Amino acid sequence: MIDGQNKSSIIRLFHVHKNYGAKKALANITLDISKNELLFISGPSGAGKTTLLKLLYLGEEVSEGQVLIEGINLSRISHNRIPFLRRKFGIIFQDYKLIPTKTVFNNVAIVLEATGKKRRFIEKKVKSILRTVGMEETLHSLPPSLSGGEQQRIAFARAVVGDPKIILADEPTGNLDEVSADIILELLKRFHTRGATVIIATHDKELIRKTGGRVIHLNQGYMQKTINV
Amino acid sequence: MIHNYKRAIQDIRDHRFLNAVTIITIAISILIVSAFALFFVNANEIINSWKKGIKIMVYLKPDTPETKISELIRKIQHMDGIRDVRFISKNEAFQELKKQMKRQSSLFENLKENPLPDAFEIRLKISFQNQEKVEILATRLESFPQVDEVEYGQRWLGQFTNFFNLFRLTGYAMGGLFFMAALLIVANTIRLVLYSRRDEVEIMRLVGATDSFIKAPFYIQGLIQGAFGGIIGLAALFVGFLLLSSSMERGISPGLFTIRFLSPGAFCGIILGSTFVGWIACYLSLKQFFK
Ligand SMILES: Nc1ncnc2c1ncn2[C@@H]1O[C@H](COP(=O)(O)OP(=O)(O)OP(=O)(O)O)[C@@H](O)[C@H]1O
Ligand SMILES: [Mg+2]
Repeated sequence: MIDGQNKSSIIRLFHVHKNYGAKKALANITLDISKNELLFISGPSGAGKTTLLKLLYLGEEVSEGQVLIEGINLSRISHNRIPFLRRKFGIIFQDYKLIPTKTVFNNVAIVLEATGKKRRFIEKKVKSILRTVGMEETLHSLPPSLSGGEQQRIAFARAVVGDPKIILADEPTGNLDEVSADIILELLKRFHTRGATVIIATHDKELIRKTGGRVIHLNQGYMQKTINV
Repeated sequence: MIHNYKRAIQDIRDHRFLNAVTIITIAISILIVSAFALFFVNANEIINSWKKGIKIMVYLKPDTPETKISELIRKIQHMDGIRDVRFISKNEAFQELKKQMKRQSSLFENLKENPLPDAFEIRLKISFQNQEKVEILATRLESFPQVDEVEYGQRWLGQFTNFFNLFRLTGYAMGGLFFMAALLIVANTIRLVLYSRRDEVEIMRLVGATDSFIKAPFYIQGLIQGAFGGIIGLAALFVGFLLLSSSMERGISPGLFTIRFLSPGAFCGIILGSTFVGWIACYLSLKQFFK
């Protein structure tokens, strides 16, 4: 078992392995992430960055080892607690995962509807977050009618609209031009300053250099080194 | 709750085609089942009006003393299934006969005495108006020593009733079958809807929605589909009914039968039933999908 738990750790991984069938995606990852940390996960394509994030919100289950979120051991969590675990996270998925048949507004609002917020609050909050990402004009559009970069900004809006404790951003600037990327980066930093723990998976060295923070480097599923920029 | 309603309505709008298919499926099944129901309600009505005529005539042996007669009446009245017993004295019967045969009054002139026997006319309770029970009653009546003969005409009606009962049984079976078929088809359509939206369901789960939050609009949709399907099915039936009854009125002798539409109670029952079909179909497919 894990002992001597660090009070300020919000996320702990302990000898975590993840295999997809015979394919090893992550091997022996031990990692502590403190509350309000800004952490980068870097590494080439296929290194296991997305997989690592998935293990945190139970998008996938570990093959071996333990994951603790705020002291809760994910291998012991009951099925009906999973939604509540996921509400701790705001996730920008690498492939956005927007619902193509719902309007931009409804895509973002769903997070708040699921937690039973009042209609008026939802309306205000969603519009304000869409204004923040510069997408208030697209309220009634369907995601497929938007560009990749625009969709990414909607994905960002949905991730942060519920004021999550932990933000997981999987290539959050992958589809953006430099200016839009900077805006998103600024916003991530703003949420970080407000107290969120922010984890960004990216292979964009420039992004890391501009932001600074702890960087862990993955290669073929192994954690190679940790550096502080 | 308001949220869920809005989401359900939104869902129906976003998936018009599949929703329309589901509603039409329910409507057709309801149309078929309720057409059966309508037929049986009317056929039953007609048969019941005929059945009112079912009676047993008991003819007594000549010269049965009056005390015996009143004793017999009491005994018969206490038997199961008897609605009422009327004594028809031979004189009464004779007068009646004379009245009916006025033209042939000469026939009676040569009669020295009244050839008719005393008789009871017995009417039965509704539940006893079938072949078997009438036969049993008749046998028991025959066993009284004062009884000469028991007659219960309209054997054919008994047989017809039996045939009709068989037919009705088939009707119930068919109704049940269509109910099941509707259920399965609707469950399948909803499964199709769920399948086409599995990504959406997955996304909702990833952003922290509980299963019950995700399911709620589907249930509401199921109820709405069921209710609308029922209403449309019955509306179609009503149109068919109007066409049929107007052509019947013009055709065969008017006033012989008046066919009726379903009672308000049956009407509500069918709509409740179809709403239930929508709900249970939803329940079944959701249960499987969220396994
Ligand atoms: N669902 C899956 N089934 C099987 N193999 C998978 C699955 N998901 C990921 N993998 C494999 O696991 C390895 C790590 O994948 P992962 O998506 O975590 O990489 P990544 O670091 O996010 O890459 P990228 O930078 O391209 O997004 C890859 O070799 C990938 O092929
Ligand atoms: Mg990835």
